Amino acid sequence: MKTYHLTTPISDDDIKDIRIGDIVYLNGSLTTCRDVAHRRLVEEHRPLPVDVSNKAILHAGPIIKDKGNGEYEMVAVGPTTSMRMEKFEEEFIKQTGVKLIVGKGGMGPGTERACKKYKALHLVYPAGNAVYAALKVQKIVDAQWKDLGMPETLWSCEVKDYGPLIVSIDTNGDNLFEKNKVLFNERKEAEIKKIQKQVSFIK
Amino acid sequence: MDTMTYDYTEPLLSPKGQRMRDLLADYISIISHRLPDDVTAKLLELQKVEVDPLQKLVYDTMMENQLLANKLKRPSCQDTGALQFFVKVGARFPLLGELNQILKDAVYRATKKAPLRHNAVQTFDEFNTRMNVGDGIPSVFTQIDGNSTNIEMYVYMAGGGCTLPGEAKVLMPGEGYEGVVRFVMDRMTSYGVNACPPLLVGVGVATSVETAAMNSKLALMRRVDSENENANAAKLEHLLEDGINNIGLGPQGFGGQKSVMGVNVVNTARHPSTIGVAVSTGCWSHRRGLIKFDEDLNYELPYNKGVEL
Repeated sequence: MKTYHLTTPISDDDIKDIRIGDIVYLNGSLTTCRDVAHRRLVEEHRPLPVDVSNKAILHAGPIIKDKGNGEYEMVAVGPTTSMRMEKFEEEFIKQTGVKLIVGKGGMGPGTERACKKYKALHLVYPAGNAVYAALKVQKIVDAQWKDLGMPETLWSCEVKDYGPLIVSIDTNGDNLFEKNKVLFNERKEAEIKKIQKQVSFIK
Repeated sequence: MDTMTYDYTEPLLSPKGQRMRDLLADYISIISHRLPDDVTAKLLELQKVEVDPLQKLVYDTMMENQLLANKLKRPSCQDTGALQFFVKVGARFPLLGELNQILKDAVYRATKKAPLRHNAVQTFDEFNTRMNVGDGIPSVFTQIDGNSTNIEMYVYMAGGGCTLPGEAKVLMPGEGYEGVVRFVMDRMTSYGVNACPPLLVGVGVATSVETAAMNSKLALMRRVDSENENANAAKLEHLLEDGINNIGLGPQGFGGQKSVMGVNVVNTARHPSTIGVAVSTGCWSHRRGLIKFDEDLNYELPYNKGVEL
């Protein structure tokens, strides 16, 4: 488990040695981007109104305080389930050139392929820790697609020491959660056998 | 799309109704940033068991986050859920007729005050009401508790991530409780891993999908260390708890020593031809409360020692 500090813009070289299970802290630009924004880009063919090339996106729907005059404050922000975006992520990475995809839980084969081919990482912020994360947001610099409502708006943030981010898919396409899942499923089958012997309540 | 709006007008409540609404709005805000006592105690216990640096880092972040959330009075997780109330009310509770309006307005006010995230999307029209109330949100499940003048209710912030693993199924009796075990365990490795472990797992056993599902949700309202009164059901709780722990999901599914805060089973009788089974999960940030009022709105908060509204 190595620790890295990355600052946007992020190059292919910056992330080539980072492996699954390593820890990253991010400085620079991070934009929240989730279900409908992915769908609009990939299925509706609408260009993303924020340039995330060589930067980071976060699968998240934050709580924002509207301070008026176009100023916003980040109240609480944590990741949402990344797997919901799996259907779109390969194409999203290809089209946008995003380097870090931050979310919760693992992602699948499409994201693995894209991380390998276009050099990107999927990382996990420990979910539920939304106040800790909000305090790493120095400023909300832009808000796009506000018609989607608070959770789905693209909130572009300047962050400092945002993390810990645990690498779940690296530029080799290795997948921490898929590796864990194989292990979890083996253990599960053994446990089911053990428990089933003790629950013959219908006789 | 952005022109659609949801009509909500704050109701004209009686003075007592207004007081109950205000107390509940305060309580909802507190639930959003302070975990119930049983959950906090369990997390501290589980934290000590993890030994590897990654798992320790995750638990340290969780503890720091809860300290900050309490200090700043901000929702500790941004997903403050779609609000649910599980109510037991006496027929002579004086605000029974106003109850639905009180609960909905309490959510509306707490959403502004806390603030909570806007989590009510009108289905088919597919727009966010931006008020956290909508058709059927908050959801209110009411049980009449004889002729008493009291009311008690669980208040639950059902987040998206931990709602996702929810599943119900009707088994044939031939599949037995062995089938119940398989059903619950399979859900842990497919969906539980992404639902922010350590989880509280609620298992419902009954006749059909809706009865089993309701039981599984009520199971999440019980304390993490509570036990079913039936000896066989309690045995199943412990077997599942050990079994899921031995899978070793660890905090956030990164792997580790433990997977769950607990497993609670709630059961009701079944039709002889079916076994309804359901599983619901609560994440580590299990924000549920319990409030009891008497007819004068004196209240108790059994899950939150030392908290006053």
